[in-house]
Parts: sequence; C-alpha cells; structure tokens
Amino acid sequence: MSGLLFEGADWNFLTLQRIHDACEAVAQKELGLDTYPNQIEVITAEQMLDAYSSVGMPLFYKHWSFGKHFAYHEASYRKGLMGLAYEIVINSSPCISYLMEENTATMQTLVIAHAAFGHNHFFKNNYLFKQWTDADGILDYLDFARGYIAQCEERFGRMAVEHTLDAAHALMSHGVDRYPGKKKLDFREEEKRAGKRRLYEEEQFNDLWRTVPTGPAKTSAVLNVERRRALLGLPQENLLYFLEKSAPRLAAWQRELLRIVRHIAQYFYPQGQTKVMNEGTATYVHYRIMKRLHEDGRLTDGNFLEFLQSHTNVVFQPEFDDPRFSGFNPYALGFAIMQDIERIVKDPTEEDREWFPDIAGTGDEMAVLRDVWANYRDESFISQYLSPNLIRHFRLFHLHDDPAERAGILVDAIHDERGYRRIRRELSKQYDVGYIDPNIEVVDVDLAGDRRLMLRHTVVKGAQLNETDTKRVLQHLADLWSYDVQLTEVDAATDKVLKEYVLNPRIQPAAA
Amino acid sequence: MVMHIIDRRLNPGGKSLENRQRFLRRAKALVQGAVKKTSQDRDIKDVLEGGEVSIPLDGMDEPRFRREGGTRDMVLPGNKKFIEGDILPRSGDGSGRKSGPGQGDSEDAFRFVLSKEEFVNLFLDDLELPDLAKRKFAEAESEGLVRAGYSTSGSPANISISRTVTRAMARRVALRRPRPEAIAELEARIAEETDEDKKAALVAELEALKAKAKRIPFIDPIDIRYRRFEAVPKPIAQAVMFCLMDVSGSMSEHMKDLAKRFYMLLYVFLTRRYRHVEIVFIRHTDRAEEVDEQTFFYGPASGGTLVSSALQCMHDIVRSRFRPSDWNIYAAQASDGDNATSDSENVARLLTDNILPVSQFFAYLEVGESGTYSFEMPDSALWSLYERLRANGQPLSMRKVRDRSEIFPVFHDLFQRRGTTQERAAS
Repeated sequence: MSGLLFEGADWNFLTLQRIHDACEAVAQKELGLDTYPNQIEVITAEQMLDAYSSVGMPLFYKHWSFGKHFAYHEASYRKGLMGLAYEIVINSSPCISYLMEENTATMQTLVIAHAAFGHNHFFKNNYLFKQWTDADGILDYLDFARGYIAQCEERFGRMAVEHTLDAAHALMSHGVDRYPGKKKLDFREEEKRAGKRRLYEEEQFNDLWRTVPTGPAKTSAVLNVERRRALLGLPQENLLYFLEKSAPRLAAWQRELLRIVRHIAQYFYPQGQTKVMNEGTATYVHYRIMKRLHEDGRLTDGNFLEFLQSHTNVVFQPEFDDPRFSGFNPYALGFAIMQDIERIVKDPTEEDREWFPDIAGTGDEMAVLRDVWANYRDESFISQYLSPNLIRHFRLFHLHDDPAERAGILVDAIHDERGYRRIRRELSKQYDVGYIDPNIEVVDVDLAGDRRLMLRHTVVKGAQLNETDTKRVLQHLADLWSYDVQLTEVDAATDKVLKEYVLNPRIQPAAA
Repeated sequence: MVMHIIDRRLNPGGKSLENRQRFLRRAKALVQGAVKKTSQDRDIKDVLEGGEVSIPLDGMDEPRFRREGGTRDMVLPGNKKFIEGDILPRSGDGSGRKSGPGQGDSEDAFRFVLSKEEFVNLFLDDLELPDLAKRKFAEAESEGLVRAGYSTSGSPANISISRTVTRAMARRVALRRPRPEAIAELEARIAEETDEDKKAALVAELEALKAKAKRIPFIDPIDIRYRRFEAVPKPIAQAVMFCLMDVSGSMSEHMKDLAKRFYMLLYVFLTRRYRHVEIVFIRHTDRAEEVDEQTFFYGPASGGTLVSSALQCMHDIVRSRFRPSDWNIYAAQASDGDNATSDSENVARLLTDNILPVSQFFAYLEVGESGTYSFEMPDSALWSLYERLRANGQPLSMRKVRDRSEIFPVFHDLFQRRGTTQERAAS
C-alpha cells in the first residue's frame, strides 16, 4: 500500500493494473463507492473518433448519419480545432472505459479514477439509470439491433431501411417514456385489492350517496371520443411508441426498427438529465482519489501538478462575457456543488445551517453525497443544493428576455438575499427536461374520416417550433403514419391556436 | 473485484468506413459538385491528393423538433456590475448578453476531408471511355479462369478435399461400413469373454466386420471430386498511352504546362480503368523521338514543325512493341497548331490509314496563350486539317484550351458519359 505507482509519463498494462487497484482501494474504503466490475480498453485516436460517431457505443448499427458525424469530427480533429476526449465510458456491466493510448500515466490515473470509479458508481446507483437502463443487457441488445438491421437491409433493401431509420431518428427525441410505465397486473394482488375495496365499500355504505346529484350525463359523442382515446392510449407523448403500436400500414420489421431506435433513445434518456451530476460525481471522485494517492506518497509531486493542471482546465467556468463562454460547464458546476456540500457537511456557516438544516454539520460528507448521487437528477440536484455561497462564488445573475419588451433585457435577480431562491429556481429549470424538450403529444386520430393523425404542441413562454425543421420531421412522421399528419401549436396559457401544420405522406417505396 | 484490460489498438481500423461510404453515397451529387468546384482552382497534383470539401447541408440534415423565440430566461455566471432591475440594451455590445453557443442554423455548410481515392472516384465518376472501346471488344480478349463447380476428373492439384471427404462419408454411412470403434469394442469383448462358444461366435462376427470394412474403402475413387474451372473471355486490362507533343520554338512554357496537365489527367483516368498502363512520350519538332518524361516536359529543343514525324514514330512504336490486339491504345496530341503546309497530306494519310484504326481514342488538344479568347484563336493549320478528317467520319476528338482552369471542363467534356448517339461538338 505504499511506494510510487509509476514514475514519469510511461505506462504499461502492469502500471494500469496497479493504478486501478490503488484507485479501487481508495474508492471502496474511503469513499464507499459501489461499482460494476471494470473493463479498461486501450484505444487509438482513430478508434476514439469511431466511437464518437456511434455515440460512444462499441457496436452500433450502420447509418449514414454516423458517417457524417465521423467526417465532421475527423475534419475538425485534423485541423486541430478539437481535441479528443481522454476517455469514453459506457453504462454497461462490466463498465467499459476507453482510454486513449496517448495519455500519460498521470492522465491514465485521472481517467481511471474519473470513469472507472466516478461514472461507474453513478451509473450503478443513480435512480434514473436504475429505472431506465439495463446495464447488463445493453451490449447484447446493440448486437441484436445491428444484426437485425443488417438483415432487414438484405431482405427489404437498403433504401427502405434507411428511410425508416431516418424517420425514426428524426423522432428520437420524442421516443422516450418520461414516466415509468404501468406495472403489469398481478392477478393475485389485484384480487386482494378488489376484496379490500369491496370490504371498505360495504363498511362505508351510505344510501344517501345515491341521492347526491352528479353532473349532466355525457353525450354519446363525447363518450365515443373518450373511448377511442382510451383505446389508442391517448394522449401519448412517446411518438415512436405510438407509431410502433398503432401506425396502420407499417410492416412488422419497420415496427421493430422503431422499437430499436426507441429503446436506444430510452437508454440515453437518463444521461441527458444527469449531465451535471454525472460529470460532477466523476470529477469529485477523481479529485478525492488523486489527492489521497498523492498524500499517501503514491504520486510524485510532479505527477500531481500535471494532474492539477488538467483538472483545473476541466473545471474551468468562463464568465458570461468571456469569448470562451458557451453555457455552463457541467464539470465545473457539478464539482463545485459537490465540494460545497462537503464544506456544508463538515464546516457549515450560520447561513448553511439555515439553508441546509438536514445536512449541515452532520460530518459524514460521503454518506450525504452517496445519497445525493443515488436520488437526484440535475434539476432536483440544483434546486436542492445550489447554496447562496456558490451563487455568490459564481456571481450568478438571472436575465429575463421578453421580445415584446422594447427597452431590452431585464436583469431579474442577482446574487443577493432577494435573488438566491429565484436564481436557483431558474437555473434548475434550465436543466429540467420538461422545459428543454418541446411538449408534443398525439391527441387524436380521425378514425371516422381520413385517418388524420393529430398532434399538439403545447407552447410554453411563446417558444414555437422552428418551421423548416418541423416540416421535415412531420414529413417523416407522415411517411410512417402513411396518412395526413396535423400538428397544432397551442399556447399553454391562453389555449389559443398559434400555428397549424398539415403534411401528407410521400408515396412509400414499394418495399414498405 | 476483477478488472480486465483489453488492448484494442490492434483491432482493425476503419470501423466507420461503411458509415462513411453510406454518407458519401447519400451526399454524392452534392459532394461531386463540390469536388468539381474545388478542382477548378487547384493544381492537378493537389486535386489528386484529395482534400477538404464543403457541401451544403441541404438534404443531409437530421431534423428534430426545435423551439425558438419566445420569452427566455437564463442564468449566467460572472456578474460584475448589474443589479436587479437593470435593463440591458439588446445590441449586445460587450456589456449586454451574448447569445448562446451557435446552436442555431449556423451549421449550413458542412466541411470534411475526402481521401485521395474518394476524391478521384468522385471526380471521375461520371466519365467513361468513349464507346470506341467497344468496337474492339470482341477481338480484344484474353482468357481468364473462373470457378465453375466440381467435376469427376481433373488434375490432382485441383482435388476438392472437403467435397471428396463429404461424399466418402456419405457413402460409408449409406453402405454401413463398420466403424473402427465398433471393431475395437468387439475385440475388447472377445478378450473378456470366457465362454468358448460365445467367443467363437464373436470372433466370427469380428471377421465379418473386418471383411466388410475392407470391402468398403475409406475413400473410393468415385468419391473424388475436382474443382472445375472454366475459361472465360476477359477484356484486355492493359493500355498504352501515347503523349505526342510539339516542342518547337513556338510552344511556350505555358502551353507545355497545359499539355502536361491534360496528360496527367488522362493518365489518372486510364489507370483507374486499366490494370496496367504504359506511357510513351513522343516529342517532335521537325523530327520525332521517344523520350522520358523529364525530357518530354523540360528538355530544350527547337526547330521547325512536322507533325507527321511524330505520327510516324508512334506508328513504328505500335508496330514494334504494342500489338493492337493485346493493347488498348490511347493517344493525346498537344500542339499549338502550327504545321508545315506540305505536311498535311502525310498527316492525313498516317492518321486515317495507320493510327486511327488501331487506336481506341485519339484526342487533339490545341493549346494557346492564356488571355486570348477563342474568337481570337483562328483555326490553325492542324485544326482545319483535323476538322476536315472528322467531317469525313474519322473518330477524332479535339478541343482548344487556353487557360489552366479550362483543363478540367475540357477533360470532362471529352469523356462525359453520352447516350447512344456520339455527338462530338468542338468547343
């Protein structure tokens, strides 16, 4: 448990093993992390580019859009516009981390601590990942998807498959279930419940209830609509799911393709909601591990300085008027909040005690953090743990930009007593998927008439859809539905119809 | 916990090659346009090196539902002087807000790098050899072998072992040849058996089995199959390219440069169509000689002009080294158009009788000084002569070129894929 892990920049597989074991000791004993088994894969820059273009997954089906991304990344990488990530980590069991071969030994240590323990723990323990992803099955599923799609291409033609995939990709952001589905009914449980209910009704029987007037009876037309909507499971916000189950003219293989794309979208759904937390966790973990390794004399001062330099780069948050500014750096924000939690737990001020009575001064920061990592996502994490101290540190301010306001943009809140809560609320909203993705639902199908599919976009704060893109997406949607598709944009507050799109399907290729 | 380290560096690269090809196929028209545009203002060498192209994203985009406009709220770091209630001007002159990162439609053009191979492919994709080549097709053939199933006879080198063994096994199973295991088992039982009568019966059985095994061989000659090959005619995969150039005093460096570009393009094009391409450089003044490339382009020479000397030289070389039935012959001639008037008849005779009948393609490129316009380029002696030959139905292609930028269009024009009618309008 002592002695340097390595000297200089060179490493070999034995070094990697030593580094991993040292990190693991710290992660388990000091931080109490609970991780999937690790698999570390050493790759080249070209392989990293490959991984980029297939959203980081080691195997993926073939589609031109991945080629486009690859060409794009390759061009910017060659020109030196873009550096490559030091690592990519995959939420699977075993948890696969890709390490670039160019990394120095220090960087490999950092990356192993960051990905193989930080991200890994987060994947295994965060409730969103537990609920939505199947770490054991994902690689097998991707393998199946790739094989299935290749088979479809052989049997039904590349073009037909490509059209379907294009359409499915366009709707991918609306192919996720936002709420856990209904549990399958368990008959025995159900019977018990019904029995209890009956008992309760008998106990509570009062003939008077019969005489209480109800509202006017629903007309048969209204009942019909309600029945139809119930049968089709409407309203439905998972467009891909709806198409897969209800589109009238899709072939079985097309439904399977939609399903594959939908599953993959669902797999990535938690990652979009936990960017700040995920990176924050990994950064916090690597920082703690590296610090411990250095204190135990397992890293030289020089190596530690090298680490600090790249760590500082990673958690750098440019200010809003800095040319480098491009929104919040999830590493910086997540890491800062987690360090702040550590401070609050260990060494709270009066203000902290007032704001965070539950955790202030409890002394065990890892218990608090593990609980945070398990039970929050970005939005709830920020709205719960962004402290006034941090708001002052970042000097956050809130701008309210109303295009109707001629004078300009209003500074609505700054880092003062009046502003803390508002800033925290607004910032957490920025990470709320409910606000990030446009709220589009299937509301009805004109079954009696021309089978028109009716969608509704609930417009929040006047932000309507981009017209060109929307038309293209709706075109894809119409092609899959194979009858007209209508999208109505309705203002959430006033229920006023703002805009209406109607798209007819293009003629489908014969194979479809 | 167990940790695995896997070294993926040795895995085969090019994992996303297929995706890339799909992307290129989809963007083909766009990329081709871009390739042509880039090739115009580049040197031939650079062009054939591949490089970056930029295509409009139209049709290559991946649309999503996106929102825009409306009331926006944002929280930003780094407040220096604002206080609650301030109104910031919208112009955004440093103190105001900057818009978010370029998520809008800033990505309207898409830049990426094409490899040399891809670039040349796309560049030459819609070009083809003139259908003259087909005229020669029937006679110009060589034999090639292709696999054609199996046969019962053949040379031992062609025995198909797997096929033979499969058939032998099928035969052995069908005829119930006793398996060695069965014989071994029986022998073991005989060794253990104590009862003499039974033993004798078993021995008899063993003998019968052994005899049967002997009668039914492990591999019979009727099992043997040979891989069969069939000879199929193959078009000739070799070509020779004659570069003829006038190097007399009237040819300036600029003209030679134009010619060189044309030759290079032709060479690249031919190498993509033929497995083996030879080049013969013939330069001429009033007499012709075969030279190497360096001398051809840069060697000093001066004198009068006799085009027939070059044609004669080419004819001699063809006769001695390139049998027309074995070689596809291409010729490109570059000249400023000067020729001795007395030479015209000779040229016409050589071309019609000796050269054009054996050539797949003969192109004449008349090069001029840059800056002059075509209407300032009166038809030269050679041009009028070739024009006349063409009018008589001789398969000649001819173009005038004055400027570097015209080389690509002219080349394209010459080899453009055409319909059945072969229309060759001079520029």
